[in-house]
Amino acid sequence: MTKCPVSIKYQHVEQIESYYDQLSQHLFSQLQAQEEASLYLQTEDQSYLRLNNSQVRQSTYVNQKEIELVLQKNHRKISIGSNLTGHFQNDKDKLSHILNHARSECESLPPDPYLSPLQLHESTDQKFSGQLPPLEEFINDLCQHTQGSDFTGLAATGPMIRASANSLGQRHWFSTESFFVDYSLFTKNVSGENKAVKGCYANRDFSTKEFLSQLETSKLMLETMKLPTIEVPKGSHRCFLAPAAVAEIMGMFSWGAVSFDSYKKGTSAFQKIANNEVQLSPLFTLKENFQLGLCPRFNSSGEIAPSELTIIENGRMKNFLISARSAKEYSVTSNGADYNMWGGEYLRSPEILGGNLPESEALRALDTGLYISNLHYLNWSDFQNARLTGMTRYACVWVEKGQIKGPIRDLRFDESLFRAFGSELEALTLETKIDPAIDTYHRRALGGKKCPGMLIKDFRFTL
Amino acid sequence: MSTLDLPFATYFDIEKAYKSIHSLGDWMGIRFHEEIDQYRSFQNEKSKSQSIVVNSGVMIEAMINGQIAYAGTSDLTNEGILKAAHQAVQLAKSTAPHKSFLFDQRVRPSSQGKYKSPSKLSFDKMSLGEFSDLLIQTTRHLKVSDQIVSAQADAILNETLIQYINSSGANIDQKFLLTNHNFQVVAVEGGHTQRRSLNGQVARSYQSGIEIFDKENLFQLCEQTGREALELLKAENCPTGTFDLILAPDQMLLQIHESIGHPLELDRILGDERNYAGWSFIKPTDFGSLQYGSSLMNVTFDPTVSGQYASYAFDESGMPAQREYLIQEGKLLRGLGGLESQSRSNLSGVANFRSANWNRAPIDRMANLNLEPGTTPLKDMISQIEKGVLMKSNISWSIDDYRNKFQFGCEYAQMVENGKITKTLKNPNYRGVTVPFWNKLKAVGTKEEFEIFGSPYCGKGEPSQMIRVGHASPPCLFSDIEIFGGE
Repeated sequence: MTKCPVSIKYQHVEQIESYYDQLSQHLFSQLQAQEEASLYLQTEDQSYLRLNNSQVRQSTYVNQKEIELVLQKNHRKISIGSNLTGHFQNDKDKLSHILNHARSECESLPPDPYLSPLQLHESTDQKFSGQLPPLEEFINDLCQHTQGSDFTGLAATGPMIRASANSLGQRHWFSTESFFVDYSLFTKNVSGENKAVKGCYANRDFSTKEFLSQLETSKLMLETMKLPTIEVPKGSHRCFLAPAAVAEIMGMFSWGAVSFDSYKKGTSAFQKIANNEVQLSPLFTLKENFQLGLCPRFNSSGEIAPSELTIIENGRMKNFLISARSAKEYSVTSNGADYNMWGGEYLRSPEILGGNLPESEALRALDTGLYISNLHYLNWSDFQNARLTGMTRYACVWVEKGQIKGPIRDLRFDESLFRAFGSELEALTLETKIDPAIDTYHRRALGGKKCPGMLIKDFRFTL
Repeated sequence: MSTLDLPFATYFDIEKAYKSIHSLGDWMGIRFHEEIDQYRSFQNEKSKSQSIVVNSGVMIEAMINGQIAYAGTSDLTNEGILKAAHQAVQLAKSTAPHKSFLFDQRVRPSSQGKYKSPSKLSFDKMSLGEFSDLLIQTTRHLKVSDQIVSAQADAILNETLIQYINSSGANIDQKFLLTNHNFQVVAVEGGHTQRRSLNGQVARSYQSGIEIFDKENLFQLCEQTGREALELLKAENCPTGTFDLILAPDQMLLQIHESIGHPLELDRILGDERNYAGWSFIKPTDFGSLQYGSSLMNVTFDPTVSGQYASYAFDESGMPAQREYLIQEGKLLRGLGGLESQSRSNLSGVANFRSANWNRAPIDRMANLNLEPGTTPLKDMISQIEKGVLMKSNISWSIDDYRNKFQFGCEYAQMVENGKITKTLKNPNYRGVTVPFWNKLKAVGTKEEFEIFGSPYCGKGEPSQMIRVGHASPPCLFSDIEIFGGE
């Protein structure tokens, strides 16, 4: 390992923790009677490297600290978020200014009848350190060892923090140092068409050896993609969805399907399952599982979710995700879910339990049909029937008698999950894989999904 | 009493900051970007969510040996700026041996100038109490029946300041006043649900002041939206078959965005986006030769339309923004790429090198992308259809990574039979392949029917960025399209 001459140094977690505690104390000491407040911190200290054909297209270092103050007063609630400098002396006056404005908002806003008082739960503290790659070595690994494979993608490395404190005395801390290399390799096959494979190497401790080993696996798959294209007609096909493809579908569950608020308003795609009009396969069980350790159990309001919550068990709906606001609105008990304006309550650490098909037997079990490595750009096409549309992408191949015959030309599917995860679900793989969160909108995301591959008897392709 | 004009503007001396860092690299740039957003949401006459986000920071650019690297920081102290500048320089040095292209100062011109959004009534002309009351009244007008279980009014008010100075001599100051409003209902009857909104969930996006919230007009539109949701509860499913299709301007916005905008982005064509949103079916040799659509198809990149969501005077490289034809009489002429992509590809482009905020490097983005008006009024389109469907307001969207095979769904549709609208249809969807689809463009509506919409949420890039885009179009008629409904 060469010594890194680059002096990009990430800020020590302990320094930020001390700064955050000072800010929290400063804020809470200013509160007046009848006022409750919480303070949510998100920080990142990240190096982002964007690569195209093993060359650096753009590189960006980002140091950001974001604070969200929530003030509750007289049945009103206002949230004000702001970037901060990270220096207590600079930021304390800004925070006081934000608090004063929050008070004036509470005087002008109408009451919110579904507002819950802040709660005092147990405090939590989780710190995960990692061996992040020295930047210069990281750049060399990404650019030199990948030559000849048209390596394209994004690498991100650095610490991230989420912290929450409230005026009742509750405090949560979650910090982690980690990296990911999310990449695609490209080639042209003998039919003259672009073909690609997808890979992602993510962890807390970086190892050049592990990265190169994973890269070799991707390169081997890329060789398969050089075979002549197999024309697969639209229509119904037997297929195997690899874990990354299943993870893409799981992402859609957070577009309203698992939200209690959406269910009560009639816009959940799982409405018919919850109403016992439809049942998924007894093989299918979905959980929210924070024991995966990928993200904190506390939500942005500081509420704690159960370490495990079964959403669908053996094909039947067991629980929706319920935020504190939905709990108040519908007189039920919250399960510490977070809420966004687009899909309501959403999954933060989902897991689909595995089955009994060894991954090594997947092609043999598929026999003849489509092996789908990845799916792309999903959307509900008829949410009341849990019907999804989307595209195949990357290493999708036609298989005959358990043997790969060649890559396909990408197909559009339009299929109901009531069938795909219901009557047509034949088996799930024994092994499950973690699909790490690689979202980087606004800031790098925490979390991930864990799921098996799925063998489906009949899956409908339309274009 | 609080007004909608928030007291959060940061004083930042960009000239002083530039002076402190300008000598650290071969070439340096600094961009200060501050956005103050208000998210106001009301449901069924009650407050649902109220939040404010103040996002401010700087992005430093350093060019070393032809490689540009970036460092963004929310630490606006002198120490923070200097640290970020050193980090940008170090990153440029480290990555320069692996650069994808040798850039020079020509990709950062010496433009100087200012821009300010058009507005009649600034945000301080309305109190927060009055605005809350307006949105509450809106939910009341949406709820035309007890079958409406959710009547929701959302508004985003945004004030943005972007200042940019660089070693080429650029000095740019652009101030934006932006609004977005979304009024929607959910109607339920006997376990059946339908959703309807004003023009789709995020379409009503403009550069404007508070005057956009014209109470009487909005109340009328909200009542119509509520009534259309009830119509959908009683409606038949959209039929399956190959029919003529009329798309209203509030669906054309999505059709333009996904099947013209993204495939024409030069950075996609150059492969930068291949690991995320995807590549493009367009090849560099297609410019000047590909018949993208029928001869009725004229598409412009136009950052000069007053009040459109993504109008501006300069992109973030400093390139002056001007109107350009991308497609004329159906022929592909020009791509959507800023000065960096133009240098890399030797193709002509436009001023569209934009970032979502201070913490992201600029990339090629859409901005305002419009389908120019034609000469066939909507009523004449309807009268010439034997069997067809008129669809309005996007609700579902999906397209492949090369931007070929798409499937889109709308909230509301009407059957057209023998030259007349005969009934309302629910769950309308259609699918197609981009170039054959646009070559089926049979009629384009008039300039009187040209409507301006936009979206705050166009996602792209690694690291990823949400950016504002504007799209305008009249209604358009396409022949022989694969149409279908729900189950």
